[in-house]
Amino acid sequence: MKRSMRIGCGAGFQGDRFEPAVVLASQGGLDWLMLECLAERTIALATLQRVRDPEAGYDPLLDRRLRTLLPELKKNGVRLITNMGAANPLAAGRRVAALARELGLDMQVAVVSGDEVSRHLHPGIAVMETGAPVTEVPAIVSANAYLGAESLLPAIQTGADIIIGGRIADPSLAVAPIMHHFGWRLDDWDLLARATVIGHLLECAGQVTGGYFADPGKKDVPGLAHLGFPFAAVDADGSAFISKVPGSGGLVTLATVKEQLLYEVTDPAAYITPDVVADFTGVRLTDLGGDRVHVTGGRGLPRTPTYKASIGYRAGWLGEGEISYAGANARARAELAAAVLRERLEDELPQVRYDLIGINAAHRSDFGANIEPYEVRVRVAGLCVTRAEAERIGWELESLGTNGPAGGGGFRRSATERIGVVSALLPRNLVHTDVTVFGAHIDADSPTMAET
Amino acid sequence: MKLHDIAHARAGDKGNTSTLSLIPYKPQDYALLCREITAERVKAHLAGIVVGKVTRFECPNLPALTFTCEGALLGGVTVSPGLDPHGKSLSFALLEMRVESD
Repeated sequence: MKRSMRIGCGAGFQGDRFEPAVVLASQGGLDWLMLECLAERTIALATLQRVRDPEAGYDPLLDRRLRTLLPELKKNGVRLITNMGAANPLAAGRRVAALARELGLDMQVAVVSGDEVSRHLHPGIAVMETGAPVTEVPAIVSANAYLGAESLLPAIQTGADIIIGGRIADPSLAVAPIMHHFGWRLDDWDLLARATVIGHLLECAGQVTGGYFADPGKKDVPGLAHLGFPFAAVDADGSAFISKVPGSGGLVTLATVKEQLLYEVTDPAAYITPDVVADFTGVRLTDLGGDRVHVTGGRGLPRTPTYKASIGYRAGWLGEGEISYAGANARARAELAAAVLRERLEDELPQVRYDLIGINAAHRSDFGANIEPYEVRVRVAGLCVTRAEAERIGWELESLGTNGPAGGGGFRRSATERIGVVSALLPRNLVHTDVTVFGAHIDADSPTMAET
Repeated sequence: MKLHDIAHARAGDKGNTSTLSLIPYKPQDYALLCREITAERVKAHLAGIVVGKVTRFECPNLPALTFTCEGALLGGVTVSPGLDPHGKSLSFALLEMRVESD
């Protein structure tokens, strides 16, 4: 039986901290490091960048994130797997190969492409949210299928040091290396489900080591300013323990692992990925102490016959404005400001919402607290068809400075284009993925290619 | 008492659906949560937030409950005009619920 393997997660979103990945690569005793940097909307924005520049459209932080990381990966023999290719994995691969050369590192890069599926959309495919034909979605800018381990394994099998793709299901970034290490098959459903549990626990990085968790006096977390990111030490039966590098901030306890296990999960008995339908209700957690939690159990059902695709479209312009009131009668002045704005905007822009930050903005309710805060911030926002309408919202807010209640200050306004995202299910046979290898000893202009 | 006294929670988002976990600090409080914190009561508590259906799932292995709250995110993170488009703060809206202790 093969020895256990260790995989860490060095980023849980595009803008995540840089240094925890370096700590993991240098001190984590890892075999693999995953970097999850792609949210639903990110790939649509990246697609728009690629339209403007054919060599753009990959993660804008790629250089900064990898420059300090690559030497540590090479030195410690850690392989990297990431979705930082975003809307242009091939350009990302070329860039990383060039970066490795620049750093004097002999490292090969394998790129997984083929998640771009916009050419396969047809009226027979329905939008999951509405049931309408996907071809009726206005102003589509991107369509990407969530690829799974099956598409990643051929890239891993090239032996490349770095695997880069675009839209990949987050847990699959862990499932594929674990499968490869232990030689599991694509229909080892229970094992794939356990690897999916591990990938799911890791994919948000600091969210399993004490991030998005602290509640002072109830759930205290030491060292949040230097939160350590997680790794899993995985055994051949798919069980693992989750931990972090000793001396780093944060904590790994039953509570942090439970919160992350259920994070963004709809039905815990049927967590659907491209690899498997995983049942989390049989997962057993044991606190081993010392920031180690053992994870075992979890069952799998066969994968679905479809890939989920995210479809990005131009959804309009979001106009926002904010202004603050403080001191005596702050709430009444803020409410008056909101009422004035409503009177001026509601005929033409009835969709605009009026929030009082400090009272009812985040929860759209104060659950009867009815407090009189020392300061209140008025927020006005609406999704508009045109940029001019969106800008109007901020201008009306700003005009309160000289035309509104007493003591209004701290104006902010913005108008930004929004990319909406809807989902659809695509038959698997529509999606074909490729692997392209770039490396220090291979001419980047004549890559080797293998169809998977 | 508030749910915040006996349980912790985490919010996630899937499109326009908010997923809320509810985890008792003490496993023995799980039965109380199962009995008191029904989908119907959560729907009523979050009436100002959740437009659609609330579904409850039980995970006695942890133990924990989860709730999927449809139509809770003003269209979802990509198009929401709300202050918190992901609904990351909604875990603490759930923890505002009142519960009678055993």
